[in-house]
Amino acid sequence: MALSNVNETPAAGFNFDNAARNAALQGLFDAGQAPKPLKTGTTIAGIVFKDGVVLGADTRATSSEVVADKMCAKIHYISPNIYCCGAGTAADTEKTTDILSSNLTIFSLNSGRNPRVVMAVNILQDMLYRYHGQIGASLILGGVDCTGNHLYTVGPYGSVNKVPYLAMGSGDLAALGILEDGFRADLELEKAKELVRASIHAGIMSDLGSGNNIDICVITRQGVDYIRPYQVSQYKDNRKIRYKYPAGTTPVLTEKVVPLKLEVVQETVQQMDTV
Amino acid sequence: MAAVASMMPMFGQQISSKNDMVPDWLGQEVSTGTTIMAVEYDGGVVIGADSRTTTGAYIANRVTDKLTPIHDRIFCCRSGSAADTQAIADVVAYQLGFHSIELDEPPLVETAANLFRASCYRYREELTAGILVAGWDRRKGGQVYSVPIGGMMVRQPVSVGGSGSSYIYGFMDSNYKPGMSKEQCLEITATALSLAMERDGSSGGVIRQASISEDGVERRVILGNQLPKFSTH
Repeated sequence: MALSNVNETPAAGFNFDNAARNAALQGLFDAGQAPKPLKTGTTIAGIVFKDGVVLGADTRATSSEVVADKMCAKIHYISPNIYCCGAGTAADTEKTTDILSSNLTIFSLNSGRNPRVVMAVNILQDMLYRYHGQIGASLILGGVDCTGNHLYTVGPYGSVNKVPYLAMGSGDLAALGILEDGFRADLELEKAKELVRASIHAGIMSDLGSGNNIDICVITRQGVDYIRPYQVSQYKDNRKIRYKYPAGTTPVLTEKVVPLKLEVVQETVQQMDTV
Repeated sequence: MAAVASMMPMFGQQISSKNDMVPDWLGQEVSTGTTIMAVEYDGGVVIGADSRTTTGAYIANRVTDKLTPIHDRIFCCRSGSAADTQAIADVVAYQLGFHSIELDEPPLVETAANLFRASCYRYREELTAGILVAGWDRRKGGQVYSVPIGGMMVRQPVSVGGSGSSYIYGFMDSNYKPGMSKEQCLEITATALSLAMERDGSSGGVIRQASISEDGVERRVILGNQLPKFSTH
């Protein structure tokens, strides 16, 4: 069955246009480094529990050592029954999940059913493998379909692992420690949410690239509960001064008003044919 | 996979760079860095593998299944790059399935091995894949074909592969005897894999085994605490 794609079917084989562009750009910045892409430096985790899948993520996006976005959304919508957490280069995860979501929406409209998680995984694997690691996206896909509750990870080179619990991103070691200790098969909902929260929290505490708030997404047969934020960071900044200046702070010395004269040159009215 | 492998400069690891907060191992490619083996017996084959997938020094998956079904009675054991071997196995499974439907007959193990060889040899510069193809067919019974990195194909009664295989060539050379039964094959596979997993850092986890014969496929898992033990540990 040919999958209807929003974009055209890509040419066979590997397409290295962007890699050639990057190499050319490297030449332009020969004095220093080329500008670095925004990386999410992240902690994301997911577990399969009794009734479905729980995904969790922190909300910090970093640009080298500066926090670029304090409330970044790392859990992306793929379809009503599938969500995807992304770690790696922010633009790559955003775009890849967007493209996947568009293609699966078309599939849903064509076939009248929700896509299966394994379908999303196969499409992602094909795409990432075709780009041979140039797309820096490490994704955790979780969802519920007619065959059950599934959790997959897809690496940037296109390798797929199907596991009951996972953590990815720069904070994954800490998060995985919590998951390895606390994971049981068929957990209840509240325990599952708490386990994922604890694992993301461990990632936030132990990793500089992760931080701020925690988002949780619970996917079950009944529907999706996207709790954003599930836990708010206790370290909030208290600004000592107000940055809003009252009118008159900057004195006005002179004022000159020049009205713009506009003439109507031509006016046409076209009636629309309505039935 | 009708790719034209035209320009092929290796762009290296562009995902991680030196002064990044992302640890280095996250930029490395996922490797199966493994121990796999396959043994023929009269009436079928026994295949086995460890379960560790690494990204540099980090274990990305400690319960990997490296024994991938290609057809009803044909499996492949994957070693090398996880992405490359998964992609090749997908392609060959498709080609073999199509071929089998055209023939209206179960495919030959030699056909599957040749399909692997065709892909692995044509794209030898781009791929890192060492594969053991093993299965049963009506014409020649149980067969094991080795398709290592580079794309050679050779049939062997017993074959080992992956990074951990170096440690068990001596064991296999001295302990394998032709004409072993299925149970003996299972035992020698488990012992050999256990020895390799003990010595090779890139192999570990659990042992997955499968035996393939005319009657079908039987799969088995040997958990970490049930592994055969030896006097040095």
